[in-house]
Amino acid sequence: MNLSLFQKISIGIFALLLLVPFQNVVYDLFMMKVFCFAIFAASLNLLLGYVGLLSFGHAAFFGSAAYVTAHAMKEWGVTPEIGLLLGVATSAAIGYVFGALAIRRQGIYFAMITLALAQVIYFLATQLPFTNGEDGIQGVPRGQLLGFIDLSSSTAMYLFSLGVFAIAFLLIIRIVNSPFGQVLKSIRENEPRAISLGYDVDRYKLIAFTLSAGLAGLGGALKSLVLQLASLGDVFWHMSGEAVLMTILGGIGTLWGPIAGAAIIVNLQNYLANLGGWSTIATGAIFVICVLAFRRGVVGELAHRLKIKL
Amino acid sequence: MFELLGITPQALTAQLLIGLINGSFYALLSLGLAVIFGLLNVINFTHGAQYMLGAMFAWIGLTQLGGWIGMPEFQLNYFVALILAPLLVGAMSIVIEKTMLKRLYHLDHLYGLLLTFGLALVIEGLFRHWYGALGNSYEVPEVLTGGLRAAGIYLPYYRLWVVALALIVCFATWYFIERTKLGSLLRAGTENPRLLQALGVNVPLIITLTYGAGCALAAFAGVMAAPIYQVTAVMGSNLIIVVFAVVVIGGMGSIAGSILTGLGLGVVEGLTKVFYPQASSVSIFVIMIIVLLIKPAGLFGKVR
Repeated sequence: MNLSLFQKISIGIFALLLLVPFQNVVYDLFMMKVFCFAIFAASLNLLLGYVGLLSFGHAAFFGSAAYVTAHAMKEWGVTPEIGLLLGVATSAAIGYVFGALAIRRQGIYFAMITLALAQVIYFLATQLPFTNGEDGIQGVPRGQLLGFIDLSSSTAMYLFSLGVFAIAFLLIIRIVNSPFGQVLKSIRENEPRAISLGYDVDRYKLIAFTLSAGLAGLGGALKSLVLQLASLGDVFWHMSGEAVLMTILGGIGTLWGPIAGAAIIVNLQNYLANLGGWSTIATGAIFVICVLAFRRGVVGELAHRLKIKL
Repeated sequence: MFELLGITPQALTAQLLIGLINGSFYALLSLGLAVIFGLLNVINFTHGAQYMLGAMFAWIGLTQLGGWIGMPEFQLNYFVALILAPLLVGAMSIVIEKTMLKRLYHLDHLYGLLLTFGLALVIEGLFRHWYGALGNSYEVPEVLTGGLRAAGIYLPYYRLWVVALALIVCFATWYFIERTKLGSLLRAGTENPRLLQALGVNVPLIITLTYGAGCALAAFAGVMAAPIYQVTAVMGSNLIIVVFAVVVIGGMGSIAGSILTGLGLGVVEGLTKVFYPQASSVSIFVIMIIVLLIKPAGLFGKVR
């Protein structure tokens, strides 16, 4: 079997991730949180890195899926896979509507529209009774996967999260490398030319946006199982900013970049969690540094130096 | 008729006035955003933080500064703040433009948005760290306390003053850009900066000053807002997202358009608060959706 360097590296990383439950240095829960945010950041990168669209409203998809999954698990007692599917379906549906509106304008307006639309979801989350306002949905049960695998055990939950993350990652690779993905990249490189070649650019953008929203929802839905909590913070615009930050810190348009970015930011927030405002200040400062001096991101820089694809 | 709907004329005028005040702030902020975007091609996410800084500096000048310099009675009053705070914020913004934004002009517009987003987080985070997330109240200056009472309607002087002053500043900005020599340079720079530079005009200087002035406008709005709203570190970020929607609705093509859109949307929001309070916080976003469906380029936008 002939594997590319990218495939070898990816298989190596996943093999290492499989070993996490059998050691005591890295916490399972920390890694599970990284998986959730990695899916979230990778979904944003699918748009920003491969279609050239900056969404500043991805928290709406992350948060709405988190709420729906948490509600379904807690109040309806569904199994986790059904819970995840309900969350993803919700966020994809919202994504379809938002995408249809936002693609009517280009460039910088696109970012502003997604941000404003996401704020509507935030207001809804503060008003609707099932979200419990400031308290959020707490104590979400993890349930029994397929009805017989108990996810309350940390190892089972870890392997399940890793599996979900792997599926999302493979799906993104598949999308990016498909003929559909090639069209997306051509839109990023030169939209007028893609139009003149006869591609219905708006349709491609809308499909990409919906896929990205669904994936962001998968991250949010998984998060509400892992942390057993869905709260207003998940739909707040800070969360959209975090997805963007993870993506540029890791490397826009690289497959492993958003994942590395998510790992770094989740780690950082763990350290700064008790320092109040400092977490926001650090986030902002990293933004500034990345934009000014480090636009390729960690993985992007590595890939550039080693002249490989990551 | 109003009584039939269960709405008193008092409530209606009160909300109309609040709507006009909010609208004035939307107008001042979207005006600054539009001018900056026209020349720098940067959407200034820091605008909300600069508005907050205006209010914060006014509050610091009134309540904190005396203690810092060891003279507890020393206060910088409202009217001094109205001049000093925008100057200070304008100067800070010029430093930001000179040291950071300048490096991004050759890149995609998105990087300007991301940089100013990061800066907004830093500024907000710092002030939340220093002064907490709770609101501080700022007293209405003594000259402007009290109000006008007519036909059972009470109009606080300070609110009338804010609307009048905001309208004057908006008009002055419009006049400056559309009717003066310097304004014509600014408009020329928006159309074609390279050609303007070739004619011997110092375009980078104009860009720097424009950014400073646009941000100073935001700070000016902030000082005016201080006695009306609570002065908090996050007061700007909540506002800036609404202002973005205002900008999407109006389009950034025209100065007068920004002003009219801002004022109009403020009034619509105020009226929503009277007739259907639950929807008031999303009314502007709903209008944005309708505008996107009917006229995607925005009310005053150019199709491109």
